[in-house]
Amino acid sequence: MLRLDSLGQRYGDHPVLRDITLTVPDGQLLCVVGPSGCGKSTLLRTIAGLLPTREGAVSIDGEPVTGVPDRLAVVFQDYGRSLFPWLSVRENVALPLRRRGLGRAERRSEAERMLEQVGLHGAGRRHPWQLSGGMQQRVAIARALVCRPSLLLMDEPFGSLDAQTREDLEDLLLDVHRAEGTTIVFVTHDIDESVYVGDRVVVLSAGPGARVVLDLPVALPGKRDQIGTRGLPEFVALRAEVGRAVRG
Amino acid sequence: MRRRQELLLGGLGVLLAFGLCEAVSRAGLVRRSYLPPASEVLARAVELAGDSVFLEGVGATVRVWALGLGLACAIAVPVGLLLGSVPLVDEAVRAIVEFLRPLPSVALIPLVSLLLGSGTETKVALITYASVWPILFNTIYGLGETDPLAKDTLRAFGFGRLSVLVRVELPATAPFIAAGLRISAAIALILAVATEILAGFGEGLGIFIAQSGLATDGTRDVLAGVVWAGLLGLVINSVLVWGERRLFPWTPEHRGRR
Repeated sequence: MLRLDSLGQRYGDHPVLRDITLTVPDGQLLCVVGPSGCGKSTLLRTIAGLLPTREGAVSIDGEPVTGVPDRLAVVFQDYGRSLFPWLSVRENVALPLRRRGLGRAERRSEAERMLEQVGLHGAGRRHPWQLSGGMQQRVAIARALVCRPSLLLMDEPFGSLDAQTREDLEDLLLDVHRAEGTTIVFVTHDIDESVYVGDRVVVLSAGPGARVVLDLPVALPGKRDQIGTRGLPEFVALRAEVGRAVRG
Repeated sequence: MRRRQELLLGGLGVLLAFGLCEAVSRAGLVRRSYLPPASEVLARAVELAGDSVFLEGVGATVRVWALGLGLACAIAVPVGLLLGSVPLVDEAVRAIVEFLRPLPSVALIPLVSLLLGSGTETKVALITYASVWPILFNTIYGLGETDPLAKDTLRAFGFGRLSVLVRVELPATAPFIAAGLRISAAIALILAVATEILAGFGEGLGIFIAQSGLATDGTRDVLAGVVWAGLLGLVINSVLVWGERRLFPWTPEHRGRR
């Protein structure tokens, strides 16, 4: 369970986040939405332990987060910068396993298994920069999931992809989430995406000093699919509610 | 296609320059003893390839070049990594570095000869001194250019400071170091030949050039020696460029060239 307790964050005198209190139960896929520049990425970096907490506290299973938590994985929007170009696709995916003390052969087979799961069977020997944007982000997702994280943080992961690729990856994420049951915090500025992907949507207000202005459970019936789900009256109503909150 | 065009234009340029030198000399615009026809210089340069004494000299020059450059690398890369990753040390030595860097290495030749004699030590010391700077500054610059997101990615997977240095900063900086090495390789060659010319005795390509300059009608030999020095530089540069392309295919300037 991830808990944020009156979390506040600032850059110098400039307040970024104010009094954020949230509890994310295990296995939940929480979407955080807000206008551009409201501090969504800062929130994610704070949870990841990449930024020190200024006010309040972050805890995972009751343990306060002071550094980078164990069994954490992050997917950033900019796959071009977060994948390592000097490593092959397989080596990129296998890299986090080095922290798990696995042997070379095991790392390799785990990486191949993950690549297959994200639909990149046979791409292991290529290099990230030889792949399309969508494929690169699949590599990043495979790398994030390879060591079975208990918490996955995603910072606008599909923000720079075309619509078709984005929808494919949203469905991939939902499949993976169903299969692995990982707790996911998914930051996006896309209202539709947040409702489609999330079990719950939290809306942050515009900065400076962003607060939570809406905390909405997403109870959509059945297995989600891009055409059907988006046409449901429940989906349309939820989207409108989130949209109103984002616009303030 | 582009490559063929480059080769063609390059060849054309060389031919033109060659023809011009040849014509100027043959037409008597310059006295032959000052500027022998290019064909004669070239013929002499080819002839020197069969001269074992000359080749030994070239070998000696290449040896001090390699030794000096290797030492420069061994010093500049670790120091660059230290200065680039510990700002405190960088600030502390910045003034010293900025004082030493602009000193023209060639001007140090007499001083160093006085201290170390005019043998191999002097040559190597001067080459090392001159070649340290490009490698050092490129290492520091490359470290500074490492993408913070790449470092954060590794940190988020639970890797520590040392892993970030070895797994991200070092590979990301390697192309910069290699580019610095290529600049230094040329400087090292200049220093090797120049030190020999100024020292005037011993063995080496520079010695050959210096001694030919003293002989009557030695211009042809001087120029043939210069052709060899240029050729050495060309070969070294080509090998290094080729190596960079092989080792760092991911850098933006190499991506399209595979």
